[in-house]
Amino acid sequence: MPEMIYADAVREGLAEEMRRDKLVWALGEDLSTAHTSTSANQYKDLIEEFGPRRIVNAPISESTIMGAGVGAAVAGTRPIADLRSIDFAMCAIDELVNQAAKIRYMFGGQARVPLVARMAIGTRRGAAAQHSQSYESWFVHIPGLIVVTPSTPADGKGLLKSAIRCDDPVVFMEHKELWGAKGEVSADPEHLVPLGKARIARVGKDLTIVAWSRMVVLACKAAEELATAGIDAEVIDLRTLWPWDQEAVFASVRKTRRLLVPQEAVLAGGFAGEVAATVAEALGDVLKTSVRRLGAPRMPVPYAPPLEDEYRITDRQIVATARSMCR
Amino acid sequence: MPPAATAGTERSNQTERIFGMFKTMLLIRAFDEAAHQMLVEGLVHGSVHQSIGQEAIAVAVCGNMRRDDLIQSNHRGHAHAIAKGANPTAMMKELFGRVGGTNGGKGGSMHIADFSVGMLGANGILADGMSLAAGAAQAVTLKGEDKVVGVFVGDGSTNRGPFYESLNWAKVFHLPLLVVCEDNGYASTTATSSVTSGGGPAVRAASFDIPVVSVDGNDLRAVDAAAAELIERIRNGGGPQFLHAATYRLTGHVSKDQGMYRPAGEFEQRWDHEPVRRCEAWLAEQGVSPGDIEAAHSAAQAAIATSVAEAKLAPFPAPSLAYADVQDVGGPSCPK
Repeated sequence: MPEMIYADAVREGLAEEMRRDKLVWALGEDLSTAHTSTSANQYKDLIEEFGPRRIVNAPISESTIMGAGVGAAVAGTRPIADLRSIDFAMCAIDELVNQAAKIRYMFGGQARVPLVARMAIGTRRGAAAQHSQSYESWFVHIPGLIVVTPSTPADGKGLLKSAIRCDDPVVFMEHKELWGAKGEVSADPEHLVPLGKARIARVGKDLTIVAWSRMVVLACKAAEELATAGIDAEVIDLRTLWPWDQEAVFASVRKTRRLLVPQEAVLAGGFAGEVAATVAEALGDVLKTSVRRLGAPRMPVPYAPPLEDEYRITDRQIVATARSMCR
Repeated sequence: MPPAATAGTERSNQTERIFGMFKTMLLIRAFDEAAHQMLVEGLVHGSVHQSIGQEAIAVAVCGNMRRDDLIQSNHRGHAHAIAKGANPTAMMKELFGRVGGTNGGKGGSMHIADFSVGMLGANGILADGMSLAAGAAQAVTLKGEDKVVGVFVGDGSTNRGPFYESLNWAKVFHLPLLVVCEDNGYASTTATSSVTSGGGPAVRAASFDIPVVSVDGNDLRAVDAAAAELIERIRNGGGPQFLHAATYRLTGHVSKDQGMYRPAGEFEQRWDHEPVRRCEAWLAEQGVSPGDIEAAHSAAQAAIATSVAEAKLAPFPAPSLAYADVQDVGGPSCPK
């Protein structure tokens, strides 16, 4: 399989779906030009192939990027509304939550909303408080939405393709620090990664680490270090936060009897709490030790590197917590 | 519609056309009056936003659309739905929350929708219809269709950001969109003029270089003429158009609202200018007999009485249906 970076993999996935279905199109700010000034090249060269009616350079009008995406989805097309970053998507939450997530239900199934709302999450060095946030847990709370957080180039491509073909609205969240990550990616245009199925990123028997998005990379790194200390950690990449693969997590925890859930986002109210509570309710009697979570302090993301480091959860913290659980 | 002979005179096509729209106005009024009465009796739930006094705009705009044209409504959506061709009995069942309702009992008054006639839904979030309609118009363009998309907004919505974003959007992308501003002077219970700067909706829309026609929204024939022209322009590739229709809401923001915030006498004075009686006077001048007009009133009342009777007989949806139509992947499962 060819190796490529994450941003190229998701671009290839989008291009394949646009070739497959003429009703797939994308709208967002700077779609044809962003790659000329930043490393965000998920749309590079697409306007040349598909033209300005399917790669739509939008004004800085987030509400209408999302709202027009919803309206166009209801009217029978498959738009990808790209908000660039979840921080900007804040200006379009109403259209996502009050419209996209509700239309099928409140109209009694008369309409479907096959919309992909794409919004990058995560801290990027020096991006500070308004360009670094991770609010994936918010969308898990909204009935009607599917929430996708791929961690590898292969999953970025395969899950974007599934999201585009899905008849319900999907919030698709790339991590900004993963865009340059390399990995093997299938060249088969019919290779799809199903929504709601976790991936076992590393097999182990002593401890289950459940992670998503960039935290999977850190968890795998931590697992290798734990191995040198004689602790065999299993890493589960959830891939999709709603629906999330409870079966895969339960099966792993039944085996390891220990669960650690690290997340990049602020700990309070985060998705790690949902995983921890669900496992504690279902499998409390098999656990050898309390479920543990890791997450950022409840602070905005600071700017100066030493301050930003206070916000970030590291692989070293994962190692230390895992070791304390396996004593 | 062939001209019909009445009292020995041949009525013109125009008279027949307006008489037909008049009957739709009567149906809307009867529906809205019944909806409020059923709310009072506890058979309709929540609240009801009536269009009494504003019927001419919905009827004349939708009367110039094809069945496959699309409209996006707002919270005050009964008139838009009926004017676009939705079945009043299915709508009444929806207000009752019963099986056979347009939305299967999932939406109620404020989310009334009938996609089979291109009515893409009433909506509880003001001005959101603007961007949804712009997107629908973009889909129409992408699919190479010749449909027109209409969106109804009130004057209150012109103080929300999406109103401006979407006007700009529609103009930049040259979309087949008709924006209809039903200007009834009140944003919920606040006089819009007391919270609004500048020259009003028409001036605001014109600043985007979108052609604007302003009309007396209580004059059915005037709205009909304006809508016909604007929709033809859009159908011929003229891009977005804006219709500013001045009107007056003869009931409260919601039907139980007594309108205590209105100046004394305003309400009574405005009743003299409401669209049904004005249209009736014109029809009489054209030779439509008092008997025919009375028959139209009776027919509308009878039709809605039947809708109410049928809604009363319809069962509530099974509780398991609460779990349906959330989403295909990851939807809730019914515990029983």
